Amino acid sequence: MKVKKIVFYILATAIVALWIAPFMISFFTSFKSMDELMTTRKWWAPPKEWFPSNFVTAWKDANMGRYFMNTFVITIPSVLGALFLSSLSAYALSWYKFKLSKFILMIFVGGMLIPFQMLLIPVYRFSVSIGIYDKFIGVILFHIAFQLGFCTFFLRNFMKTIPSSIFDAAMIDGAGHFTIYRRIVMPLVLPALAALGILEFTWIWNDYLWSLILIQSDEIKPITLGLVNLQGQWVTSWNTMAAGAIIAAVVPLFVFLLFQRYFIEGLTLGSVKG
Amino acid sequence: MKSQKWVPYAFLALPLLMYSIWVIFPIIQTLYLSFTDWDGVSPELSFIGWDNFKLLFQDPYFKISLWNNIKWLIGFAGISVPLGLLIAMLLDQKFKGSKVYKTLMYLPMTLSFVVIGQIWSWILEPRCGALNSFLGIFGLKSVGWLSDPNIVTYSLIMAASWRQISYAMVLYLAGLKQVPKELVEAAWVDGANGWKRFIHIILPMLRPATVVAVTVSVIDSLRAFDIVYVLTRGGPFYSSSVMANYMYIMAFNNYRMGYGSAIATVQFLITLGFIVFYMRNVLKKEEAL
Repeated sequence: MKVKKIVFYILATAIVALWIAPFMISFFTSFKSMDELMTTRKWWAPPKEWFPSNFVTAWKDANMGRYFMNTFVITIPSVLGALFLSSLSAYALSWYKFKLSKFILMIFVGGMLIPFQMLLIPVYRFSVSIGIYDKFIGVILFHIAFQLGFCTFFLRNFMKTIPSSIFDAAMIDGAGHFTIYRRIVMPLVLPALAALGILEFTWIWNDYLWSLILIQSDEIKPITLGLVNLQGQWVTSWNTMAAGAIIAAVVPLFVFLLFQRYFIEGLTLGSVKG
Repeated sequence: MKSQKWVPYAFLALPLLMYSIWVIFPIIQTLYLSFTDWDGVSPELSFIGWDNFKLLFQDPYFKISLWNNIKWLIGFAGISVPLGLLIAMLLDQKFKGSKVYKTLMYLPMTLSFVVIGQIWSWILEPRCGALNSFLGIFGLKSVGWLSDPNIVTYSLIMAASWRQISYAMVLYLAGLKQVPKELVEAAWVDGANGWKRFIHIILPMLRPATVVAVTVSVIDSLRAFDIVYVLTRGGPFYSSSVMANYMYIMAFNNYRMGYGSAIATVQFLITLGFIVFYMRNVLKKEEAL
């Protein structure tokens, strides 16, 4: 039994080490000098001398600081908007029996799986034509709209688990539809909203394609676009690039570590029975 | 339940309106544009029937892109998903530190493909990147991970799989909660019996996880864009191009919006089967409720 345990630990540790090797390489690279990188080429070894100044270069000279803030400006309203609107649609699709209910649900589910390329040209054209191209609001509105598919599906599944007796009792008491939504259903789905919010935050934070299509000015670019810029301009400074990549990754990483349970619960919805 | 018929529609109005503007109508518009020669600028466009599609299947770069997408599909659904299951089976046992091990395995999932592309760009860099430097220690020859047209697509799939395997593993670890831990442990140590138990008992119990893991992986493999765009832009000479990337270049760099729409439509039609499969699965669960 002991031998088995040892073999197991060696195997599991080897896999995990392989898995986090790219993280370690990036982390070490971000603190090295280019001299050390080019002469030793030992990417996997800790720096001989630590250079936190790489982060200052990335944050200030490569403008990662501004891109970082821009990403918050895009992400937070997008998440809040998607959560609010999808809670309305999910409520309608979970409590009321009406003819088109299933059909509308399927539209939301189907839309979330569509190849993005099906939407690129019309969304770009529409944004230009109504004057929201190259503005924060253009990307935000798109994110809200597109994420409604997954969010509605997610929240509706959750609302379905609320016993209908609660709803009926409220109706008999004479509560209005909006009151039931606000005072009864919303407090009950708060945990689901939290899980969904965390997941959506990471997804929208990490978006690249839609900002590429809908944003042109450097002043409002989010961090994913900024990082690609940095790659183009600092092409030989891998240490600065690594620092930039870490700045871009640090928020989703922390959000995940802080709310791991919610994150996993959200992600695995539908893959477990029930 | 008695209620006025308009009530659910009142709740749905705003979400459905936004969804229609940014998702539903665009799909229809792209379908329409794929039959035109629109250049993205001129106010007029002419209807050219199936010409874009005929042209597509004579276009060598589109053929390369389509073929590369098939490699992505096999890499994601055929390799990443089983590997994710294997690692999930390994880690779903009682041992000290299991939480830390799992958390570390989850980490790639939190990264954007842009960051993943960056990280792998210095791992795969041919002259002095991490992987070739590592191989050099053992006296092995350098490999042109991103410069050799025969290898580059596999390098990209490898980088993306780092994240995809983590995703499959998360789904399976959640699914394995339904399976007694003793059964999982026994499967590893029981040799032939363990394998039988895995095939006949554990795998069927994991069916819901498999359905989601496979459909999502297939769909993601067919719409892969970010990582290709960041690492190679489809190069060298279109050798690592995929449909999404080729569509972007045609529509937004060459202003061939009609042609680009046709590429998107092909992507859509290939994906459609899997989308319908997924939706049927959702509906089946509905009826079971």
